[in-house]
Amino acid sequence: MTLLGQKRLSNFVELERMTEELLHMRVASAKSIHVCTGPGCAAKGSDKIYELFCEAVKEADADVQVQAKGVGCHGLCECGPIVLVQPGDIFYQRVEEPDVAEIFRETILGGRFVERLLYEDPVTGQKADTVDKIPFYKVQQRIALAYNGLIDPTKITEYIAEGGYSALAKVLSSMTPEEVLSEVEVSGLRGRGGGGFPTARKWRSCREAEGSPKYVIGNGDEGDPGAFMDRAIMEGNPHSIIEGMLIGAYAIGSQHGYIYVRNEYPLSVVRLREAIEQAKQLGLLGENILGSSFSFDIRINRGGGAFVCGESTALMASLEGRTGEPRAKYVHTVESGLWEKPTNLNNVETWANVPQIINRGGKWFASIGTEKSKGTKVFSLVGKIKNTGLVEVPMGITLRRIIDEIGGGVRDGKRFKAVQTGGPSGGCIPAEHLDARVDFDELTKLGSMMGSGGMIVMDEDTCMVNVARYFTEFLLNESCGKCTPCREGLAQMTHILNRITKGDGEVGDVEELGTLAELLEGTALCALGKTAANPVMSTIRYFRDEYNAHILDRRCPAKECRGLFRYEIDPDACKACGICLKNCPADAITGKKKVPHVINQEKCTLCGTCWEKCPFTAVLKV
Amino acid sequence: MLIPMMQDLQAECGYLPVEKLRCLAGRLNVPLSRIYAVATFYASFRLAPKGAHEVTLCMGTVCYLKGSPRICEAICKEFQVEPGGTTRDRLFTFQAVNCMGACAVAPVMVVDGKYYDGVTPASAIEILYELSKDKATAQKENKA
Repeated sequence: MTLLGQKRLSNFVELERMTEELLHMRVASAKSIHVCTGPGCAAKGSDKIYELFCEAVKEADADVQVQAKGVGCHGLCECGPIVLVQPGDIFYQRVEEPDVAEIFRETILGGRFVERLLYEDPVTGQKADTVDKIPFYKVQQRIALAYNGLIDPTKITEYIAEGGYSALAKVLSSMTPEEVLSEVEVSGLRGRGGGGFPTARKWRSCREAEGSPKYVIGNGDEGDPGAFMDRAIMEGNPHSIIEGMLIGAYAIGSQHGYIYVRNEYPLSVVRLREAIEQAKQLGLLGENILGSSFSFDIRINRGGGAFVCGESTALMASLEGRTGEPRAKYVHTVESGLWEKPTNLNNVETWANVPQIINRGGKWFASIGTEKSKGTKVFSLVGKIKNTGLVEVPMGITLRRIIDEIGGGVRDGKRFKAVQTGGPSGGCIPAEHLDARVDFDELTKLGSMMGSGGMIVMDEDTCMVNVARYFTEFLLNESCGKCTPCREGLAQMTHILNRITKGDGEVGDVEELGTLAELLEGTALCALGKTAANPVMSTIRYFRDEYNAHILDRRCPAKECRGLFRYEIDPDACKACGICLKNCPADAITGKKKVPHVINQEKCTLCGTCWEKCPFTAVLKV
Repeated sequence: MLIPMMQDLQAECGYLPVEKLRCLAGRLNVPLSRIYAVATFYASFRLAPKGAHEVTLCMGTVCYLKGSPRICEAICKEFQVEPGGTTRDRLFTFQAVNCMGACAVAPVMVVDGKYYDGVTPASAIEILYELSKDKATAQKENKA
């Protein structure tokens, strides 16, 4: 037996044998319960559910072959906590603690469905008993997330049983670094962190750069608000990142790797640490990996909570123990990066794609997607949408399909207004462009960008000027302050946008924003500053009428900006219950029993308490 | 390795005491001014002690759209605290951060590592009052 912790794997044959042994063992344990422990489900208490299943498994009769495991994010966070029963792909949603016993009794022991926990199609009302019958999953194609939800991320054996590290074995045993580079080149893989730079070209430049040692970095500093793809991969399948980095390091000729993880993701750090430790024990990291002459180790660095550190040069400054300030990139980091040595940095999602490209071939990867954007992309589909969660789709799919088919459309019957992609560096895409294809170049043409993969859906209640203000203020707070255009330009833009959303906008403000935006794009030092005006410019481009309404009519069409709308009570809907009157902190509401209440506009502070508390939705925003 | 050391120090002390930083500067042979620059640049470092509990409210885009500014306002008003500050009774330190990566269940608040999803101003305040109850019972137990 060559099982975990027993022994280092000293050659490729031993790894193969281990995979076979693990598969053989799996047949014996017939049923397994997969409890999602991703961030969404965990927030809804899935950890406790996992514990309860473990207890149930322990107490079950010895002849019942069943195991419970905690797995990474399943994707459909909206319906969490999610429990999957194998074999059969039985999908249970919104599982609560009391349901555990029922699932165990009915499905595990009895082989029957627990009907009420199955996913119900909101349109047809039909129950979906397996994963592939759920529309959310139908359109998806999973490469980077392929094993998320299947394997227990805390056990390397689970990854190996699924064929994990076989790509590494293939590379080390039968491919030269040049062949690896060509394979990745054929795949057409482009950086998933936002820039979309061709991965193979970056690797080659780093390989050919002079100087040693060379460094390889996994960027897990996922700072974009509204994005959690990288987190899901780091926590759901950390070994895919490690294996990808190993293959990249082999191609580049590096022996030292770093993974830079965002400070707000403590669990990602734990998962990656465990994974690295286990890989080391098996000799998949360290000296003479799998008996070859190739050596590589990975260290983890935690970020300090600075958005700008997602930028490559700032990240490297942070790794060196300095403040995370970017530098001008006349000299590329592949030539002079970390400690002025050739450094290759890729996003963790990019790394997670690499093992699959090696295993299934660059041609296979290139067969998915569009002409210039190959493969799939993971998005966190969030905001005012029915099915929030994590989705992986082939490049070239239209935004409409993602939002309508996977996301189930806008929630609460509201009207779709825009989808924001690319985080603070991206822009808002309006309804008329929903048939645009998800592709690096196409999204850029629309004034947005692919970005790291946040996709935030906004409905009619979202004020686009306020969205622009939010992102600009966010970037102002996160600007490192090194270059003047970013530091001062963003301050000025925030000032103007604050004025507009408070109803003090002036004619000419929009033009001034345009001038500042041009200045930022042309003169800022790093990508944070250069793209900082995208949210503002894209909203001006598509929602100019909203800016005009704020500035000329002192009115917020979405009724979000305080002071640019009023609260009124609809006398027909008001049941005179007195709840608003009692809760109003400004005593601005008058009324008697059986007489519809009235808001005194002079006293009203527009706090919105009455609007929130009214059980009959009689308080209106006008 | 300056930043990991400062992180370890903060994990141990809960914040970065100035005398310890001075000691670190001496040991690593780096100027104290550089350590101060790093400590004030990164949002996660704290130069003042924190409260008994750690409360983090997400202000990421999705949480923002779904009403986290109102939650922030409500907490600040109810407990007389500013984002980044600690309540006067040292019950909790309140942080408003950019994104916690649990956007699918927004708005999100994290109390001592436990995630609360779909928070509202009222439920946030209720959760935080539970903390003071815990504190009161703990004090009673101590006395007993």
